Amino acid sequence: MSTGTRPSPEVAATVGPAAGALTPRLFRVAGRAQQTHDTWTLRLVPGDGGAPLVAAPGQFTMLYAFGVGEVPLSVSSGSSGATPLVHTVRAVGAVTEAICAAKPGDALGVRGPFGRGWPLDETLGRDVLLIAGGLGLAPLWPVIQWILRRRDDIGHVSVLVGSRTPADVLYRAELAHLAARPDIQAVVTVDAADPGWDGRVGVVTALLPQARFDPARTVAFSCGPEIMMRLTAQALVDAGVPAHRVHLSMERNMHCGVGHCGRCQLGPLLLCLDGPVCDYDRLGPLLRIREL
Amino acid sequence: MTTSSPPPPTASETASAPDIPTFAGMQPEHRAIIAGCAREVTLKPGEVLFREGDVADTLYLIRAGTVAIEMFVPTRGTITIETVGAGDVVGWSWLFPPYRLRFDARALSAVTAGAVEASCLRARMAADPELGYDLLFHLAKVLAERLSATRMRLLDVYRNPAQP
Repeated sequence: MSTGTRPSPEVAATVGPAAGALTPRLFRVAGRAQQTHDTWTLRLVPGDGGAPLVAAPGQFTMLYAFGVGEVPLSVSSGSSGATPLVHTVRAVGAVTEAICAAKPGDALGVRGPFGRGWPLDETLGRDVLLIAGGLGLAPLWPVIQWILRRRDDIGHVSVLVGSRTPADVLYRAELAHLAARPDIQAVVTVDAADPGWDGRVGVVTALLPQARFDPARTVAFSCGPEIMMRLTAQALVDAGVPAHRVHLSMERNMHCGVGHCGRCQLGPLLLCLDGPVCDYDRLGPLLRIREL
Repeated sequence: MTTSSPPPPTASETASAPDIPTFAGMQPEHRAIIAGCAREVTLKPGEVLFREGDVADTLYLIRAGTVAIEMFVPTRGTITIETVGAGDVVGWSWLFPPYRLRFDARALSAVTAGAVEASCLRARMAADPELGYDLLFHLAKVLAERLSATRMRLLDVYRNPAQP
């Protein structure tokens, strides 16, 4: 599935950004769950009487804490308009701290959704590798939900998750449920264990040799710190997965969301329009250029 | 440091050929020599392969299951440093004097492995430098990958940038 097709410059100049893309809609916090010591999952519903926000897995919104600021956040909810908008947010600065502190009933502003999501249709008939690092599991979670709905149409599915410590693992209960399924291989590894952790320890790429996939018919989605994704993508290509079947969710300083401000530029790409999900065939040469 | 040695793993009657991915590309005659020094072992979850301070007398070729490389840290308990799975190798202290193990190794799940007798291997490597090069080349690849992975972990890429 391809979402958020980038308009030509001529068309963009004529029609401008989509209605509502630059003005936040009012949403209210419908639910809030703490994932780790610094990460919360928020469920948001329209507070303006309008329609629910429908975002494709892999797209992002600009979430606005009134009076504090706005940040880009990948959606963690499915593409069904019936479900609330879900974001999993880590408190790393003033804006995300304010968002994480929002209580049920509090108001937040939402612009979007923006960008191109995961190419879900590529998974049909293929083996699938989902490789997440840290908070990068959040944008991949709706992909897992989509795969579970289409499980019979997809080959082997492996979900490989890297985390800093056992306490930093997101969606622990859901992952345990996933790992219990016979038709999904779900493995979590941590960089640093503590006493009592009986799971895997090491980098997430070390899990690849045990993953079940046929490289020639595999599609891989990865999200996490850029260096982790870069090494993961290279390991996949080295294993024989075609570069154009390796998709990474890139992070840059998204701001306007509609390709006007240029702050999310990565070489020839504007990631708010051309991304955040791009394939490694395009990204590989760009990621080798330092400070790009 | 724990000084008591664990009971030796159960050996089956069948010697194992080193057909694990780590040795892919190794000359067939060299794989056969290694197989001649090996026996098949099975371990139950929780069973110890070796302990820190023991004599390093075995190279384990993991065929199935997961093994934790551990170290006991006073006041913190036993910490898993790394885990290795099917297709990987465990133990290279047997290569270098004084042949003393520096970590513990414990089966996290049911493990099937080829247990290669180190003294047999060292004698064959000394007698056949081509075997020695071939084996060390493949083990060095493992060491390089483990070193690279350790460096990645030192970067602490998942840390929250807002926290010290």
